[in-house]
Amino acid sequence: MNLAYDPSNIIVSGVGGQGNILASDLISRALCAAGCFVSVGETYGATQRGGSVVSHIRVSRKRAYGPLIPLGQGHMIIGFEPLEVYRILKEYGNEDVRVVMNDRPFYPLDVLKKKSVYPARDELLDKIFRISSHISVVKATELAAQAGNAQAQNVVMVGAFAGINWMPVDKSLFLEAIEETFSGEKLAINRRAFDMGYAAVADSS
Amino acid sequence: MGRLYFNLTEAGRACVLSGNEACARGAIEAGVRVVSSYPGSPSVQILECLAAVSHERDIYSEWSINEKVALEVAAAGSFSGMRSLCVMKADGLNVAMDFLTTLPLSGIGGGLVLIVSDDPGAHSSVKEEDTRYLAPVAHVPLLEPSSPQEALEMTRWAFEISERSRLPVMIRLVTRICHARATLVLGEIHKGMGKPSIPEKAKFVTAARFHALSHKKLDYVKDLFEQSSFNSYEGPFDADLTVIASGVSFHYTIEAIELLGLEQSVGIFHLGTIWPLPEKKVLSVFVHSKKVLFLEEIEPFVEDQVRILAAGHTRELAETAFYGKRSGDVPWVMKSRGMGEMDPDIALEALSRVTGKPIIRRAPPIKEREAEGAGEELPVRLPSLCAGCPHRASYWAIKTALCLDGRGGFALGDIGCYALGVLPTGYETIRTVHSMGSGIGIAGGLGKLKNMGLTQPIVAVIGDSTFYHAGIPPLINAKINSSNFLCIILDNDTTAMTGHQPHPGSGLNAMGQPSAAVPIAQVLKGLDISFVVADPYRVRETADVILKLLREDGLKVLILKRECALKAGKRFGGIRVYVDEEKCIGDSCGCDRYCSRVFSCPANIWDEEKGKASIDEVLCVGCGVCAELCPQGAIIVTREGEVNESSL
Repeated sequence: MNLAYDPSNIIVSGVGGQGNILASDLISRALCAAGCFVSVGETYGATQRGGSVVSHIRVSRKRAYGPLIPLGQGHMIIGFEPLEVYRILKEYGNEDVRVVMNDRPFYPLDVLKKKSVYPARDELLDKIFRISSHISVVKATELAAQAGNAQAQNVVMVGAFAGINWMPVDKSLFLEAIEETFSGEKLAINRRAFDMGYAAVADSS
Repeated sequence: MGRLYFNLTEAGRACVLSGNEACARGAIEAGVRVVSSYPGSPSVQILECLAAVSHERDIYSEWSINEKVALEVAAAGSFSGMRSLCVMKADGLNVAMDFLTTLPLSGIGGGLVLIVSDDPGAHSSVKEEDTRYLAPVAHVPLLEPSSPQEALEMTRWAFEISERSRLPVMIRLVTRICHARATLVLGEIHKGMGKPSIPEKAKFVTAARFHALSHKKLDYVKDLFEQSSFNSYEGPFDADLTVIASGVSFHYTIEAIELLGLEQSVGIFHLGTIWPLPEKKVLSVFVHSKKVLFLEEIEPFVEDQVRILAAGHTRELAETAFYGKRSGDVPWVMKSRGMGEMDPDIALEALSRVTGKPIIRRAPPIKEREAEGAGEELPVRLPSLCAGCPHRASYWAIKTALCLDGRGGFALGDIGCYALGVLPTGYETIRTVHSMGSGIGIAGGLGKLKNMGLTQPIVAVIGDSTFYHAGIPPLINAKINSSNFLCIILDNDTTAMTGHQPHPGSGLNAMGQPSAAVPIAQVLKGLDISFVVADPYRVRETADVILKLLREDGLKVLILKRECALKAGKRFGGIRVYVDEEKCIGDSCGCDRYCSRVFSCPANIWDEEKGKASIDEVLCVGCGVCAELCPQGAIIVTREGEVNESSL
């Protein structure tokens, strides 16, 4: 398969507890199965408790790259939280970067404590649009709740990323990764979540 | 865990593994038989991986009470001829250091490998300590991988080096190796051989007279390192500049050279065997160029080692110029919570500065543009205790009691999730954080100063796993010296910060099997220290208990017992917490958003449109603490089939 950029730099951004790591794990396994060199850098740790969580995924036909993307060199953003998407774009965005995101806010403590104001939805989407080339909004939390568990929004987003078809990877490779990760009822919920995310972007890609 | 790729038998298979999984794989390929650790980020998963396959691979794995005991357990495996592995984070090595310094003198048996994870940037640590300095102190050889693939290969090789030299071998990992995942190729698995036995007449005695012998062993290792393929030069024969790169910085260097288009004029020397420095190999770098740049993480350790080496070769190297952190050419950049982490952009900047080649980006990052909004400040996202975290309730109760007491009480913290008690999420209740168990030790000292006129009440806060690790000796110390303070043990029944590993009170071992437990209450009874147990979710009652204890003299212990909310998950199943919009009177209440602004659980949000409090039911776990605090009684907790139960 051919990559539009080599390395292709994908960023998964969210907040601690949203399941970033699992999402980047599923995506990286699918890309590896497609025959690419994949490197992933995860930024979490103490910050997993409600802080920003970011995964850098780098895909290449040539070699395994280092785990971090240089500034301004993102190609695709998979966002679990709109403020975090904007934060990431300010560092890694450029005119060509494409975004698929859940638009449900996860309010920082500073906002709850009235020390700062969370930007209004339309204002935030407008800012994001101005430093990217394409946005697809997915109601991932609501879809995940329909699939059986709101926490599965991360897998809805993996489904959306697969459905939007920015990386030439067959859907079946994502499903294989999901099937070897979950079992029983969790598998059923996550399969549904993936399919719903996949279908949600089918018209917008 | 899903499919365990690190445990696949097929050699030659490509898969994506994390640095931690790769180390576990390397140990499996080397036939490891004994593995021990105390959980510490970023290297927790190594033992978890090996414990998951312990039965199948005939490995003994354990979570030990602390890192010193862990290393002693691994040494026991080695003394009896088994290949043995011990894993810890940098801070843990300080705890194990006393024992580690004896091993080169006493000698070992089977290969003994110590993996230590440093945390440049302090993503999940209170400090960014550079472990490499401790290798020379302990006389222990040190390797550092640059990728998960190398982490696998080095772990496997370290056992061999250890057996050939009769020294423990240390591998330094960093967060960007442990928490990175990359495509790698699996090697062949060698089953660990034999039955453990201590050879007849074998002795493992630490004696200073063996000091000379350990130097000889290190010289032998240095010769092995001179031949190692983990050190390599790539680049033009006559380079304008050579970068000496170690660890993950190696990959940032390759990328920086590519981005600047310097392949024809800049070479890279990748140093994988860090100490003892393979001097001949390093000196060969100077054949290629007269300018050398150092890229490495945290302190300029390799830079200093090479500068010392060069000082002994001043005649040949008179014209050589060195660039690095010492010369100021590699900037220290504040990232995350520290300044020791490297990244491709720092590498790019250093390389551009030394070569004079300007950085041209495909698209300049937004933060460097003059564009509108470049200087705007976004709401920061500080770490926060999880929704329903019992520590939040505990800190609420402690803070309330200290305020009601009114004597300016002072709370000391410790290491764990509850160290977030220094931040707004824990109401900035604790005012010290040091090392494991230090809160109790310092409190013991402060408690003695009451005799000299210190009037403030002293409270030491410590988690359950930390209490076992290093909290018991200072508590005994406080008891025998008649110190005067309140020790609050936050018992959430797990080692939460690092991802829910069992501890000595859990009654589970690393393999998840039932084992003997030593409950905290039993320890306290044995020490003849009286204690009280309370449930932090009953936040008002708990505050009353604390207030009463603050006003009593002597050493007092309070156990605040409630399972970690992440572990309990939705076990409260069927409980729903919501805001009664009739009862909530919004900003006219005068409570100034007591639930979302003051209590500030992430699940207590404010509905700006309605101007009323609200519950994010995706995040809420149903602990019900906010319902107890709402002055209007507007937060309702219902169990399935019930209505309007106001508290649990």
